[in-house]
This record gives sequence, structure tokens and C-alpha cells, in this order.
Amino acid sequence: MRTAERAFFPAKQWEKVKLSRNFVKALQQIDENLVFWKKYFRQKCRQRLLKITQYLTRMRKIKLGRQKKLIPIKRKVDLRIKRREEKALVAARIDNAIEKQLLQRLKDGTYERIYNFPQEAFSVRVDGKEEESDIEEEELDDKEEEVETDEDVVGELEKEVLEEERREEMDSDDGEEEDDTDEEREFVADFEESDEEDEDLEDAANRMSLSSEEEEDGDSGDNENEGESDLEREQTKISDSPNKKGSLKRSKPPQVIKRRGRARLEVEYEEPETSTKVKITS
Amino acid sequence: MAAPSEEIEIEETQEEIVPEIRPCKPARSNISDIKNKNKRKKLCIELKRKKRTEKIKEKKDRKKEAKRLGDDAPPKKQPHTIESLREKDETMVDDEDDELEQEEATDTFASYFSKSYVPKVLVTCSDNPHTKSIAFIRELCRMIPNSQPMWRKRSSINKMIKRATANGFTDVVIVNEDKRIPNGLLVVHLPEGPTALFRLSNPKLCKEIHRDHKEISGHRPEVILNNFKTRLGRVVARMLGALFHYEPEFKGRRACTFHNQRDYIFFRHHRYEFKNQERVKLREMGPRFTLRLQWLQQGAFEGDYEWALKRHEMETSRRKFFL
Repeated sequence: MRTAERAFFPAKQWEKVKLSRNFVKALQQIDENLVFWKKYFRQKCRQRLLKITQYLTRMRKIKLGRQKKLIPIKRKVDLRIKRREEKALVAARIDNAIEKQLLQRLKDGTYERIYNFPQEAFSVRVDGKEEESDIEEEELDDKEEEVETDEDVVGELEKEVLEEERREEMDSDDGEEEDDTDEEREFVADFEESDEEDEDLEDAANRMSLSSEEEEDGDSGDNENEGESDLEREQTKISDSPNKKGSLKRSKPPQVIKRRGRARLEVEYEEPETSTKVKITS
Repeated sequence: MAAPSEEIEIEETQEEIVPEIRPCKPARSNISDIKNKNKRKKLCIELKRKKRTEKIKEKKDRKKEAKRLGDDAPPKKQPHTIESLREKDETMVDDEDDELEQEEATDTFASYFSKSYVPKVLVTCSDNPHTKSIAFIRELCRMIPNSQPMWRKRSSINKMIKRATANGFTDVVIVNEDKRIPNGLLVVHLPEGPTALFRLSNPKLCKEIHRDHKEISGHRPEVILNNFKTRLGRVVARMLGALFHYEPEFKGRRACTFHNQRDYIFFRHHRYEFKNQERVKLREMGPRFTLRLQWLQQGAFEGDYEWALKRHEMETSRRKFFL
């Protein structure tokens, strides 16, 4: 409080009055001390007091509860972190690393009972399982299916979702795995497919080997057979699977017969049966 | 008269052979000492050209040598990478280290690795979560088997920890939010375990990768922890691994990966399928995010800081990494 009478004593101009803790009493004190002042000033004083008490109580309340610690983000540092993260991502090549790890785990045998690959020790597997997997492969002649896992496993998985998935994602260059001579002997299972034709065992064997190789070599369109059946087959293949990898190659004139350095059975007779078989699969 | 002239000549030459100190220009130590910009520029270009030709020549020679030697040829030189130039850390460990094994047998995660319990995880958020955080939490719960999402309801972390231990949880994961997206992850291993704060960046939900979360089966995933080399890294790796069930269901073919690269931990979730012994096909699904460790505390949100990222001390070298 400042009064006009004291204007000449600057050091003593201001008079401080301590207000009581009690809000109501404090208001009364204000009114007492500023009795001769204008109403406006008294009002303003009271308002100020009110504001101060309010924010003090709020501060105390906040301190009781939890407070978030705000850490300022330094822009340049933040940018640097982001940049380094991107570079680390590129350097990481995560997919490769994951694949490596998974293959390592496969080799170490953590998935022993689940996956059977022909290159593994045959003694581990039961022959029955081999046959089963062969049947699978023949049945799923549809080029977009992938036959990798055992039948049991397939049964256990949620079939619908997964099979759809597989059709979407998987490449169609299968059949490469089960490329053993063992297959050719087990045409007992395969027979069920070729019911319509009357075939000799030999024919069936050759056909089966051919067809399996067809699947494998499907991409490059190789054929060992000579004759028109070649062209027929190739042409039907083109129409068959437009989304196969090798479709681009096969848009070339189908007279080009490439030979790979693999051991092949040469069939010397014409095979009208083979062409019909191809039609079935389409 | 030839003889005396020769002699004279010889004398002269002899005189010349004696070293004379003649004033000569100082050899140029550096192109930058030339004040004339044009000359400097020209010299610089010349020098570069020379270097380049030399390099090409060297390369050709090397190739020839390699061809000639055939199998005996020295191995091709690999270019330097940041990983190859990484400063050696004393705490880097190989996988098989006796001391390490001993220590790991008695640390807080020993009980997890001895398969004595099934981890039960509580996932919460900060106080006022927004859509993205909520979605992120839901995805996390799909990732981590046996996890339970809960609203925060303004409880303090200490209280939450007490209540969680009382209810049998083994881990608490709190997703912190800032500017409406999750940006932090606090992992507390409950029975007196370490606490770790990670900064989360680039969170991508399933639908942002154009995948349907329904494709994620409920099978327990496998955990792959890549590239955690130092001791600290191993602790963090075990911590993250301990969130998942110790026995994955291989028929589900799900793999959750935590890949560490230069102190950034990348999380990915894939479905894999073995095409043959050499090839695997991966299909990414589920969320992906990257973590960066901020600090690691010994107790469950209390206790000493085992490690804390102090930028000024630790980020001085670009080739130094801690995980």
C-alpha cells in the first residue's frame, strides 16, 4: 500500500501487510486496510488474492499425483538418429539374416520332426512318409501349389487361410525338391491318376518321370521328346500357366528346344496320352 | 690441343660435381599451397586423372594375377563397412564363453531359460491413448503369447508393478505415447528383474504393410535374436526373448525377430516356409518397429542404472556401438 503522504520518503513508501492464511480473513483484512481506496482497487486486490490461492492449491495437487517428464527433442539430434536408423536398416538386410538363421535352425535339427527333405538322411524317415509326399506332389499338379510340408502338418494348420496364402505367395517352380530316382520306382501311387489310359508300367514310368520333369523344367520349357507332341505340350503349357516365371521365355516360337545338362530319359514313341494328361491339368 | 681442353673440361665437370648450393624453388608439398586458382584447379584435375588411371591399372593387374593363379589367387578384398570398422568393445562375447554361461545361469532370466514358468505379460499404454497407440497395443498382444492389454487409468508405475506381481504377471510392457503415436516402450521384468526403456520409432501396423491381421494364427511364435554381441546386448536380448513363451509351436511357422544393427533393434514378424534345404520364403506380417535402448535399470523400476545412454559421452565416435 502506498499513500500520498509518504511520497517524499521513497524508502518507506511501501507498506507491506501480511495477509492471514485463511482466505475469508484475508479478504476482510484487505477491506480493512484499503478502506479509503476506490472500490475498483479493492476488487482488483481481492481478485489477485483469489488467483494466487487457486494456483497454489493446484500446484500442490499436481505434486501429489504423477507428473510426466518432458524431455525436449533436439531437432538436429533427432534427425541424425533417424538418418542413422535408415542406414542401419539398409545395412541390416534383415530378411537375409532371418533366412540364414532359420536355415541354420533347420540344419541344427530344431524342426526335426516336421520337415522332411530328400537330401537328409533317409534312415530317419519312414518310407511311408515318402510315398505320402509323392502323392501330394502328384495331386497338387496345379502349378501354383507348393508341396513342402508333410501331410500331417498341413492337416494341423488352419488349412483355408494358409492354402489361400500359399496360392498367392508361392512360386510355381516346385517339383524341384523331390527329384529323386526313388520317385520313379514308386509309380504304384501315381497310377491312380492315369486311370483312363491303358498303359504299360514302362509307359507309366516314363510318363511319370517326364511329367515330373515337366513340372521342374516348366519354367524353361525344356522337352526331351521329339515330335509334334512337343509343340502341342508347349503350346498348351503357354495357355496353362500365364503367371509362371518362364512365360516370357515361352512366348518365343516354340520350336526352340533347349537342352540342359541333366540326365534324361529319351522316349522314342509318340505319346498321345501325354497331351491328354496336360489338358487335364489345365 | 684436345688433351688440355679435355682436361679443362674434366676439371670443370669435376667442379660441377661438387655440390653447389644453388637457389631453387621449394618442392610443392601440397596443391593447396598454390595461390593461383586456375593453376591449382588444373593441377588438381591432373592429379585426379593420374590417380584414376593408376587405380584402373592396378585393378587390371590384380585381375590378371587372379586369373593366372586361378585357385591360388589371394582372396578378393572386401570393402570396409561400419560393422567391420567397429571399435572393439571389451564386452563383446562369442556365443560359447564359459564365463558367460556361468553368469547367465545365475542371472534374472535363468528361471525363464530353465523353462520353469510361462511368461505372462501385461501391456498398457500411457494415460490418454489415441487410436494408433491402441491399435499398436492390440497388435503387440497378438504378437506376444499370453499377453493381456489393459487401460492405464492413471496408475503409477510402481503401484502397477506391485499389483502385477500380485496377480502373477512376469513382465509389464508400457507403451508411451507422444503426438498421438507410440514412441516409447518400457519393459519391466517383474520378479525384481531389470527395466529397460526403449525409444520406439517407425511403428507400422499390419494394415500399413497391407496385411490382414487375421492371417496371424494363434500359434506361439519362434524368437530370433540377431546380432546381439556385447554383454549388454545379451542382457537386452534375453529380456526381449523372455517376453515370449519358451516353447514355440513350430507348426505355426511364425517367427518374431529382433535384429540389432548399430544399436537399433528392428522388430519384424514373419511367416516362413521352407522351400528346400537352401531356401526359405518369408512373408512379413504383423507390426514392425525399431527400438533404441535408452537405459537399463537393475531393479523393477528402481535401483541402479546398469547402463544409460549419455549422448555427449557415448556418441562421440561413429564406430562405437553398445549392443
